[in-house]
Amino acid sequence: MTKRIIIVGAGHNGLVCAAYLARAGREVLVLEANAQVGGAAVTRTFAPGYQVPAVAHLLYGFDPAIERELQLRQHGFTDAKSRVLTVALNPDGAPLVHDGREVVSGLSHAEDRQAFTDFMHKMRRLAALLKRQHGRTPPQLTWASWRDAWPLVRLALQMRLLGRADMRELLRMITMPMHDVLEESFAGDLLKGALAVDAVLGTKLGPRSGNTVLNFLHRYTGASAPRVPVGGMGAVSESLASAARAAGVQIRLGARVAAINIESGRATGVTLASGEVIAASTVVSGADPKTTFERLVGLQYLEAELARRIHHMRCEGTAAKLHVALRALPQFKGVDAALVGERLLIAPSALYVDEAFNPAKYGEYSTDPIVEISIPSIADPTLAPAGHHVLSAIVQYAPAHLNGGWEAQRAAFEARVLAVLERYAPGFGSHIVATELLTPADLETQFGLRGGHWHHGELTLDQYLTLRPVPGLGHYATPVQALYLCGAGCHPGGGVMGRAGRNAARVVLQGGVS
Amino acid sequence: MNKADVIVVGAGHNGLTSAAFLAKAGLKVLVLEKNPWIGGAAVSRSLHKDWIYSNCSYVCSLLRPEIFRELELGKHGLHVVPYGGGVTFTRDGDILGNYVDEEVKRREIMRYSARDGDAYLRYSRDVMRQCRLVRSLLMRTPPDPTSWRWRDLTEMRHIGREFAALGPAVLADTIRFHTMSIADYLNEYFESDVVKANLAGSGIIGTALGVQSPGTAYVLLHHYMGDVDGQMGAWGFARGGMGAVSQALASALTSFGGTIKVDAPVAQIVVRGGRVRGVALDNGDEYSAPVVISGLDPKRTFLGLLASGDLDPAIAKRARDFKIRGSSGKLNIALDGLPTFPALGKNNPLAAGDMHFLDSLERYERAYDDWKRGMWSRDPYLDLLIPSLTDPTMAPPGKHFMSVFVQYVPVKVKGQDWTDADREAFKKTVFQQISRYSPDFESLVLHAEVRTPRELEAEVGLTEGNIFQGELTFDQLLFNRPFPGFAQYRGPVKGMYMCGSGTHPGGGVMAAPGANAAREVLLDLKRGNTVPNGWSDD
Repeated sequence: MTKRIIIVGAGHNGLVCAAYLARAGREVLVLEANAQVGGAAVTRTFAPGYQVPAVAHLLYGFDPAIERELQLRQHGFTDAKSRVLTVALNPDGAPLVHDGREVVSGLSHAEDRQAFTDFMHKMRRLAALLKRQHGRTPPQLTWASWRDAWPLVRLALQMRLLGRADMRELLRMITMPMHDVLEESFAGDLLKGALAVDAVLGTKLGPRSGNTVLNFLHRYTGASAPRVPVGGMGAVSESLASAARAAGVQIRLGARVAAINIESGRATGVTLASGEVIAASTVVSGADPKTTFERLVGLQYLEAELARRIHHMRCEGTAAKLHVALRALPQFKGVDAALVGERLLIAPSALYVDEAFNPAKYGEYSTDPIVEISIPSIADPTLAPAGHHVLSAIVQYAPAHLNGGWEAQRAAFEARVLAVLERYAPGFGSHIVATELLTPADLETQFGLRGGHWHHGELTLDQYLTLRPVPGLGHYATPVQALYLCGAGCHPGGGVMGRAGRNAARVVLQGGVS
Repeated sequence: MNKADVIVVGAGHNGLTSAAFLAKAGLKVLVLEKNPWIGGAAVSRSLHKDWIYSNCSYVCSLLRPEIFRELELGKHGLHVVPYGGGVTFTRDGDILGNYVDEEVKRREIMRYSARDGDAYLRYSRDVMRQCRLVRSLLMRTPPDPTSWRWRDLTEMRHIGREFAALGPAVLADTIRFHTMSIADYLNEYFESDVVKANLAGSGIIGTALGVQSPGTAYVLLHHYMGDVDGQMGAWGFARGGMGAVSQALASALTSFGGTIKVDAPVAQIVVRGGRVRGVALDNGDEYSAPVVISGLDPKRTFLGLLASGDLDPAIAKRARDFKIRGSSGKLNIALDGLPTFPALGKNNPLAAGDMHFLDSLERYERAYDDWKRGMWSRDPYLDLLIPSLTDPTMAPPGKHFMSVFVQYVPVKVKGQDWTDADREAFKKTVFQQISRYSPDFESLVLHAEVRTPRELEAEVGLTEGNIFQGELTFDQLLFNRPFPGFAQYRGPVKGMYMCGSGTHPGGGVMAAPGANAAREVLLDLKRGNTVPNGWSDD
């Protein structure tokens, strides 16, 4: 009988998991449907000569332990830009610039300066507690024995160690809407708009929705400012693949897994779309939970309650990706040339973000969307022909389930977004060489993200920690023997962090069962 | 008599409850009320000749039975009559009836979706399980999770055991209930939009959140956890209007020797030497007592009753940040006869219950969007009742009293104070909504009282007209209510306490905050406890 472990999908979590398993001496085969590794963390050509990070474009919380343990620096991972500033564009004047710790310039209200420093300091302290959970398997919700209860007790103790003031703030704020916290803390609209974006990006939530403080904390569990790797996000995946191969992992590209084979309640391997059957002693799925169970495994292998929960897991993406090839660097109103390579935000107030959100509730896209812009070719000129640039923008809200479907409205939405960009960067349109719009529907078909949700599932408290992806699947193991999950649908969730893959590898090695 | 053992500020139902338990313990208690009448938002008022209006709160279910029994409120004249029925009207002229019999209700749901009929059984079971858990916490003082005091630790252990006993599956649902939106929660059970709309209303009543806002699933629980005559989740009318609750509590209080003084607006709590000495009225009169309990909402208590010099600025900021956004209004209407609802037909017993007019979650959410933009909902959620069908004392024979709760209604109209013209336009919106389903309704109207958050604030004293004295979201519940560090009914000054709905377990005519506050006062005064423990017979 084979000892082979099959990993479904060469996304960053799948690669991390594979590398750790191989380093522990296991025989590992990674099967990837696409022609390149990386899943949603890839750099690809969208127009001849122009490359962009296709989905994720800024690196926030990649686990430094993984970077160290897998020696990614030796496998080609380097920063092109290490502390990306956030530039909140102002439709009528100078932008607000912050580095995640302090406001650099552009404050409209002087009292916000200290308030921002204190606020970010507090949020980082609270985020540190969440971060401490990231490297662990989530606690059980049972008290059957000390062994079961210990992770929960430890979490409670860690909360206590925050000190009274911070613990109270955590217990008060964790369910709150970002809007309310911003109203308590700041006066300036531009600042509130920028922070609201950090709380809602990638989710189907508005600033007035509960759980958005949680999303904000999740973002700041990483560094206080994002970074951009040389070669774009794809370089992260390439270095992971290189590290995995060095550890003995075999990676097969263009090998789409059609089914995970189950016999007598146990995973026995996979069947590829080509019909080829590959046997394995263990299968680890990096695909999102819905895809894994509804398409690859088949719900008949799950008991009804769990099948129902998986069916209802919320994973409707609302973020679209717009790529623009430019023959010249655009001029954003009021923005110094030195700042154009930073993270530019179009979200002039929290109210703007809320109004952008409202249509998404009814299956419509925002007519005035929030936009997060990165021009990676400034730091990394290899991405575009000499003198030319590529612009990568996350545009929200563009709900996956658009009334009338995306095909009919794709052009209208793209025109809308370009009009918004034109407003902030007059003359922008005249620089355009080519564009590519990836709607959540495209993210689903091209990257296998169910619902086009880049976290593989909404990051809210009911889908967090032990309850992620759904109650009963919170510990990487599944009710199907020898089948594990390792994607962003698991604790601790999305963002290019690699922790889900690392945690899953540990559980697989321990032979954990659900 | 300008001296008392305890002064209670405000004769709302919680203030009266606190006062009654303290008087029962032998303390000399004085309740001071600003209005010429008592009851706060639990009042019956005759604003149109021969009619009685429950002009604020209008139905009864949450009132804790242990308090009812302990204070013998039945003997003091309170009679809660359960009502049945209720209906959601659909735009195409059909209805979804809320039949009292669960089996009939299930069959009614099956007219819309066979699957939802089965789901309703699972849904009821799961919701009731969560209600039992919440109910077990109502008559307890929330522990401070950051404290190392023995009392807090043992209480934490007690609650931990209650939770552990649920088992992991139910416990997961508990977390989900406290963090999910009512729309997401209902979507997991039901497929029919009408069925979801029928159940969603309880998730938003009195709350400045939409059905899609996480946190609203708990608000639904808050409306389900009461009972009438031991029937959990049932609602009833206090015979003679909601003022009957306050009158019974007042009668109990005076029977124990307590005193109520009306027309006595308290201006400030008098603090000297770091502790409470009494209160000063608007007219300058002073009353002295070593203990003062405020039944007012947290904003008025901290920022109004305490002089700014007596309050730490950090605590004042907490009070200023307390969320107490008004989101609802009320119409009280005297009717010349019973309006007809063609979709119901004649003499349909469902008419005795709550009538609702939103038949999809999208309409709910759009109603909320209007509020976010500073307007009342153009297509509002109404909770409409005709109490006189159940309690004939409310209107002359053949005539009727109609109570219409309206959501959403903003505190300010597009940032400006309400004008009389706004009020008239708001009334028209509500009338139109009702007339769509009852063509003869408007012709029967004899008198209508329109209450926006402005009137609720001015008359009852609820800041921003928030009916719960503060939003019922997790950041303001349990040990977070009203804000962290002040959840055990004690104010920031020695001798000062709080007993309003702004404290645990929150709003609704429940009387639990008042009872819990009394227990804490008695504990500090080292008096024997007169407050009953929570029942655990669920």
